[in-house]
Amino acid sequence: MELLANLGTGFAVALTFQNLLYCFGGVVLGTLIGVLPGIGPVPTIAMLLPITYALPPVSALIMLAGIYYGAQYGGSTTAILVNLPGESSSVVTCLDGYQMARQGRAGKALATAALASFIAGTFATLVVAAFAPPLAEVALKFGPAEYFSLMVLGLIAAVVLASGSLIKAIGMIVLGLLLGIVGTDVNSGLQRYSFGIAELSDGIGFVSVAMGLFGFAEIIVNLERTDKREVFTDKVSGLMLKWSEFKEALPAILRGTGVGSALGILPGGGAMLSAFASYTIEKKIAKDPSRFGKGAIEGVAGPEAANNAGAQTSFIPLLTLGIPPNAVMALMVGAMTIHSIQPGPQVMTSNPQLFWGLIVSMWIGNVMLVILNLPMIGIWVKLLQVPYRLLYPAILLFCCIGVYSINNNVFDVFITALFGVLGWLFVKLECEPAPLLLGFILGPMMEENLRRALLLSRGDPTVFVTRPISGVMLGMAAILLLIVVAPSMRKKRDEAFLET
Amino acid sequence: MTFIRHPKDFWAGILFIAFGSAAVGIAFSYPVGTAGRMGPGYFPRGLGMIMIALGAFLALRAMRVDGQRIEFPSFKPLVVVLGAVVAFGAAAPKLGLMVATVVLILISSAASHEFRWKESIISSLFLAAFTLVAFVYGLKLQLPTWPWFIS
Repeated sequence: MELLANLGTGFAVALTFQNLLYCFGGVVLGTLIGVLPGIGPVPTIAMLLPITYALPPVSALIMLAGIYYGAQYGGSTTAILVNLPGESSSVVTCLDGYQMARQGRAGKALATAALASFIAGTFATLVVAAFAPPLAEVALKFGPAEYFSLMVLGLIAAVVLASGSLIKAIGMIVLGLLLGIVGTDVNSGLQRYSFGIAELSDGIGFVSVAMGLFGFAEIIVNLERTDKREVFTDKVSGLMLKWSEFKEALPAILRGTGVGSALGILPGGGAMLSAFASYTIEKKIAKDPSRFGKGAIEGVAGPEAANNAGAQTSFIPLLTLGIPPNAVMALMVGAMTIHSIQPGPQVMTSNPQLFWGLIVSMWIGNVMLVILNLPMIGIWVKLLQVPYRLLYPAILLFCCIGVYSINNNVFDVFITALFGVLGWLFVKLECEPAPLLLGFILGPMMEENLRRALLLSRGDPTVFVTRPISGVMLGMAAILLLIVVAPSMRKKRDEAFLET
Repeated sequence: MTFIRHPKDFWAGILFIAFGSAAVGIAFSYPVGTAGRMGPGYFPRGLGMIMIALGAFLALRAMRVDGQRIEFPSFKPLVVVLGAVVAFGAAAPKLGLMVATVVLILISSAASHEFRWKESIISSLFLAAFTLVAFVYGLKLQLPTWPWFIS
């Protein structure tokens, strides 16, 4: 019953008044920003990150996790009411959620989303608590060669499971790795790619990268469109589900929870892939698939459960291996580094309070989301009625102040603008920015482990293949690549993404 | 240019080649070392070469495969929004957060096709007040708040 004892430790940390307050604050702020159209979890977290700098590490991470769930839930609200997904995982919720809203069932769609998120969150928290410790123990045996191969596998899996062009995604990873190198080399003390600029000797700030690529670029692209959007805000009532509706939704929620919990652990998985997969499954097993896209309640319940479960279990690779499986977790790595916590298997043993406190607070955050969002839905709806022309300058302002306050240096603001240009260019060229952020965070770690592994083997590159764990991981990465490149599989993969 | 059949892939390829070449070119001045004793130039040079290869593949393939055109409906949002951000950065250290906020809101609002002068002025003043209460008094950010000649 070690698990119970550990969860007890966690509850002791998470249930302190201070941490409950930060969890609550995180959930409210996350929802508040996440509900704004076109702002997904990545820019939301990047924007709110500076607020958590002054907090003790445990509270900071608890608050950030709360912000993440809040942002995710806020995104669903926007998807249902405005048909404007803040991020890719809400795209699926738009399909049936928005249709439900058009039929005057907006309240029911929102309630279903909240219920699904809560059930999925509860289950996924248990998954994290049960699977993280054994995985961390395995990871403690890893040497530099294993770590390097693991990162290769993680990055490859991340691009294979994502949509869009494989070559471009790999290119974006490599570009991210290169950008991660900017700054002082830890081994030689040499300044690399810093062009003699003092501010660059510590490297490019990851908040600037995330905010520019995800936040600024999104606003610019939104402004290029001139079409009007329909907002369903006056019909939000009748939150209670009928028993028959509940019976329709529940199996979908449970299936979505399972799918999301499993896929969230995979690198590159997380919320988006889980939501897509769940929607496809629901449509496949439905008696009458034609209802989907026309306001089917399972089409909201399944993906909402899946994306919340996936969001939660994507903490597992972060907490046990120190490797972020998606862009949001990459931001969490950055946040942990700021509080001088090196994410990885040692966190659980060296800092059990932080580890279990964070896990338990995930569940508490989910409870708060349900209690908070159903009664407060009126406020979020009001926020959505504010026209975009007034919203986006405010979003820009919070981004700018956030970036500026990190080092009290406007250089960071200019760098963010530069990444805004780059992000805009990437949208035009259909290059996904998420792999870049992953590469950016992993760059320094990858170089260090490659260097150490080859130093230990005296320059013999076969070490990556002859060490069994490392070899298996590289083999898996190669197989993944081959599967996607094979023409028959490629067609299937494209179909799977098109279907939804 | 008619030989480009897939413009998005082609230009993405060119972009990758450009970044890769720059990475390799600059890394020439860093010691490479050997695989067993890697110098600071080893990893970036390798990455740069991978980038160039990927970019070349994309660009060449774009001459054989068809794809959609790149849409540029308007450059105004790009220029105005980022211009506003740069103006914020330029104003903030000397003129303080209050002035920088008003500058950012007024300029960036002009990027929308529904821009209205009066509305933007009111919103900029409101947000400046909000910034003062939330960020300066609430979060106690240690940033210059007022212009240098006042404080």
